[in-house]
Amino acid sequence: MNPLAILGRLVLGFCAETGRIALFARDGLLQGLTPRFYGRQFWDQFWRIGYTSLPVVAMTAFFTGGALALQIYQGSSSVTAATLVPNIVVLGICRELGPVLAGLMVSGRVGAAVAAELGTMRVTEQIDALVTLSTNPFKYLVGPRLLAAVVSLPLLVAIGDTIGVFGGYVVGTRSLGLNSFAYIKNTVDFLHAGDVRSGLIKAAVFGFIIALMGCYHGFHSKGGAQGVGRATTNAVVSSAILILAANFILTSLLFGK
Amino acid sequence: MMAPHIVLKGVRKSFGPKQVLNGLDLEVGKGRSLVVIGGSGTGKSVMLKCILGILKPEAGEITVAGEDVIGLKGEARDQYLSRFGMLFQGAALFDSLSVWENVAFGLTQGRGMARAEARDKAIEKLGHVGLSADVGNLHPAELSGGMQKRVGLARAIAADPEIIFFDEPTTGLDPIMADVINNLIVDCVKRLGATTISITHDMASARKIADDIAMIHKGQIIWRGEANKVNSSGNAYVDQFIHGRAEGPIQMDVLKA
Repeated sequence: MNPLAILGRLVLGFCAETGRIALFARDGLLQGLTPRFYGRQFWDQFWRIGYTSLPVVAMTAFFTGGALALQIYQGSSSVTAATLVPNIVVLGICRELGPVLAGLMVSGRVGAAVAAELGTMRVTEQIDALVTLSTNPFKYLVGPRLLAAVVSLPLLVAIGDTIGVFGGYVVGTRSLGLNSFAYIKNTVDFLHAGDVRSGLIKAAVFGFIIALMGCYHGFHSKGGAQGVGRATTNAVVSSAILILAANFILTSLLFGK
Repeated sequence: MMAPHIVLKGVRKSFGPKQVLNGLDLEVGKGRSLVVIGGSGTGKSVMLKCILGILKPEAGEITVAGEDVIGLKGEARDQYLSRFGMLFQGAALFDSLSVWENVAFGLTQGRGMARAEARDKAIEKLGHVGLSADVGNLHPAELSGGMQKRVGLARAIAADPEIIFFDEPTTGLDPIMADVINNLIVDCVKRLGATTISITHDMASARKIADDIAMIHKGQIIWRGEANKVNSSGNAYVDQFIHGRAEGPIQMDVLKA
């Protein structure tokens, strides 16, 4: 095999895939988020994507906040710990860890479920059946999932941020011996609305990525059970990578000089 | 003879290098039942999907009731599709919905009928395919293959379409259930006076439901005539197919030792 041919094929394949995803995203936005709306589908998805992800996001945030507090305590002197621990915990959680970890957890849960569900609908011709029943699959399937993920991720992250800070507080005050009143005061004083806002913007973008990847890979799955399995894997892997890449871009846009 | 209801002229469709429909010509008279026979992979399903607009042919014309239908979009496409009913090979029932919601789907989602009214209509259609009202509350996964096919048939006829497609209606059923489905198809079609195209490789089924039979081979119609003439077609391909012989002009791609 010619190594250049392999490289060329990889690059072309990547470009073609990127183009297909962009076209799918366009259809998802133009067709999925314009009337007519399927309200019941939206609420179903909102429940499944948002509410049922709450325990996972809450636990992730709690333990991350706790671990963060322990590490920062290690790195600070006994004089600075009282301010550094609460400050860095709240900043780290709200700006970066809250949205990114919630995004990754939800992509594993929801992105996989969406890809598996739509993939099965594709291979059993249920998506074609929708079309023959005069129902646009972009409006009925893709739109509600995109919207539900974009709305529910910021809500999940807002709750996750709170629980993450609480995790840091519990570890800081119970095991590291920090003063609880000072901890809360330091957290509140140090936190700006912009820190939270940036995290919520990130969350909405991550939600879009998760639902888009789940729908795209589900829609384009073929070849029975194996194809659906591949679609699920691809949805999770691609949304995880895109979340991390988008996080870097958003951080440099929101905080960069 | 009446003006043909569905006309395909020189329709071509390929997937990558593989030419599936190779200048296919076909006409179906209004209220006639055409059965298209042919081996696996000869383009039968692709032909139906081209007429429905799920796939877009690269060349050729498709007209329904004199109207050019390739590339319809938006409202016009929904209008067009509301004239069709389709029974899919694997029934393609929506497994998240109950049986009656499946049958009523085209009425509630496609046409905005009130749920109570649509439910009555769905129960009535279930009656036409020999299923009782309590089946309506079950989910598709709780039904046997034959019952799923009957529900699929009820869904296809629910909106009283003028054209119905049957994609291998008897595949995977025992001979008795297959005959039950054949009878139901004949009954339902007569009741509605619909134009139908069925694709099958089950000759017993073809003889029972067809007014006319056409044979497709390598993406072209190679023979067409009235159903009772199929035994005396004088076409070697048709003879080989209807008698199910491995030897003849149609060569299967099987490696010989």
